[in-house]
Amino acid sequence: MPHKRTTRLIAALTLGVALTACTGNTPQNQGGGNQGGVRVANDEPGKKVVIGFSAPAADHGWMAAISNAAKAEAGKYSDVELRAVEGTNDVNLQISQVETFINDKVDAIVLLPFDGAALTPVALKAMKAGITVINVDRQFDSPFAARSTVLGDNYGMGVSAGTYVCERLKGKTDAVVAEIAGIDSLPLTQDRSKGFAEALAGCGLKVSNRVAAEFTVESGEKAAANLLQAARRIDAIWNHDDDQGVGVTAAIKNSGRSEFFMVGGAGSANVMREIKADNGPHKATVIYPSTQGADGIRLARLAVQNKSLGDLVEVEVPRQVQLYAPVVTKDNVDRYLPTAFES
Amino acid sequence: MSEDTAAVAARERTPVVKDNGRGISALLASPAGRNTGLVVALVLLCLGGVVTAGDRFADVDNLLTILRLAAVIGVVSVGMTFVITGGGIDLSVGAIVALSSVWATTLATQGIANDTHWIVIVFTALVVGGACGLVNGTLIAYGRVVAFIATLASLAAARGLAEIISNRKTQIVNVPGFAAFFDASVLGVPVLVVIFAVVAAAGWVLLNRTTFGRRTFAVGGNPEAARLAGIDVRRHTVWLYTLLGLCCGLAAVMLIARTTTGSATHGGLYELDAIAAVVIGGTLLSGGRGTIAGTVFGVLIFTTLSNVFTLNNLSISAQAVAKGAIIVVAVLLQQRLARRSGA
Repeated sequence: MPHKRTTRLIAALTLGVALTACTGNTPQNQGGGNQGGVRVANDEPGKKVVIGFSAPAADHGWMAAISNAAKAEAGKYSDVELRAVEGTNDVNLQISQVETFINDKVDAIVLLPFDGAALTPVALKAMKAGITVINVDRQFDSPFAARSTVLGDNYGMGVSAGTYVCERLKGKTDAVVAEIAGIDSLPLTQDRSKGFAEALAGCGLKVSNRVAAEFTVESGEKAAANLLQAARRIDAIWNHDDDQGVGVTAAIKNSGRSEFFMVGGAGSANVMREIKADNGPHKATVIYPSTQGADGIRLARLAVQNKSLGDLVEVEVPRQVQLYAPVVTKDNVDRYLPTAFES
Repeated sequence: MSEDTAAVAARERTPVVKDNGRGISALLASPAGRNTGLVVALVLLCLGGVVTAGDRFADVDNLLTILRLAAVIGVVSVGMTFVITGGGIDLSVGAIVALSSVWATTLATQGIANDTHWIVIVFTALVVGGACGLVNGTLIAYGRVVAFIATLASLAAARGLAEIISNRKTQIVNVPGFAAFFDASVLGVPVLVVIFAVVAAAGWVLLNRTTFGRRTFAVGGNPEAARLAGIDVRRHTVWLYTLLGLCCGLAAVMLIARTTTGSATHGGLYELDAIAAVVIGGTLLSGGRGTIAGTVFGVLIFTTLSNVFTLNNLSISAQAVAKGAIIVVAVLLQQRLARRSGA
């Protein structure tokens, strides 16, 4: 029977190789960096900078993109050595990762904490050790814990989405506007909803139906299905998050409804492709940049090398950089697609 | 190291002559031998660390980083060793840690602590943890609910309660003296590590040198025989779960100290980490055989693994795969040894 056994072995090996090949999920092109490859004086190699990077587990597309974009950005600079430890949602472990960076005497730490408050003590410790800490997205609760902070604009997302809905529904005062929020108890969700409501109020509209999902595809499908049951007629929907938006779109397709347009949130590549092709409910999305980590890497490098921020007059790297939440439509989608994240 | 009745009985049944020609397996099957295997595994891991990370691994600061990371989960694992040795299982430990951390850091608790002493926080966490364990134990022993189901219910309920109490917000501790006490070091050893060492030593004495310990082995090995021998099996079971609950409360205090926060997200998946550490340590999941020393080695193996992976920029995902492989190998080895020593 050796022959049969060999055949089996070959079959098993082939299957193994095939399966391994199937795990390949690498996106073709991660954007980021100076658009159009413009080289500026700040990009000239300087003193070597060792940067430690830590973020929560990449359990959704946006978070995965944060780490990928940060790594890609660091790879562009010959004077940056990145020590990226992969994400964890266990604060105890993330603290020990930062402790390892401190032991290693890195020059800078770019930290997207799982929980800003919980990572504050160890960030303080790093700052005391003379390490430049750049805080990304989720803020520490002490101003001494970071040299500089990179933030998105949750309130601004709501404002941008609301303003766009107002523009499209101009004059329709009886329009039904629906909102599919993310995890409702999070401050960021409350900020987004507040901005949305206030922008709508500016043109005499209000949110007629509001449901909340949990940033996951499954929860988005469930919330949208309920929403579509509850509201017979809808003119516009704002969905806070494009990752859960995959589920929302599925529910809309299942219902066969098309009387409304939809605005997304965060800015995933597949929603942008849908906007570009104009073949789905999404007509726009508002961006919550997944390149914050990458910007954190750049700021860390500049701060350590004592450089200033390019086009500003100010000599030092700013204390806080808050990113804008632009509306992406068919007209400008090509500008944002390269830095969008794959969900 | 551990007085382990099952193995002792097995050795007594097996004539010494039978060991002829399998000296090594006999050695490995003895309690000391099982720990030898763990020590070898730990040494191999450390060698791996030294080879791949050199001075960055073999450094006092790095050793302390590993030990601090091990301390919190280590305390939970010592408690878990008692419950598993006693023939039970507890899936709710992570949730109990979260609930204790939240309850001990509410504004009310902190208010009282501010007026009196920070020890109130410690006390509250221990009481909450102990009470949760008491509920688990009572449900299992007197309500005759299967341990797996009872603690699964507690897992859901305790974390839900933690979310309700904290309103899903992170609670920051501002009680003077609390953080200072736990951040301190005794002769260069961080207080958290000292606590872990004390708990492990106390656990070893309790399991191996007291009536309570002998009863635990008896209850786990054969509850019917234990009952006939005059042990109140149900009351003992309640004690075991309460003890684990207290350990969870203590772990919550340590986590609060490490993060200066209480949060409903603390202690995520600690149940799996603790059970894994206990099982690779050589404690039988079916009960009746348990070793505190093995558990401590189990915890150290996993945390050292985390550390080596962090130092080498390897992903958490790859680490999870390695963890899984270690558990499978350890259990396969255990089964083998159990079969041989029983032959």
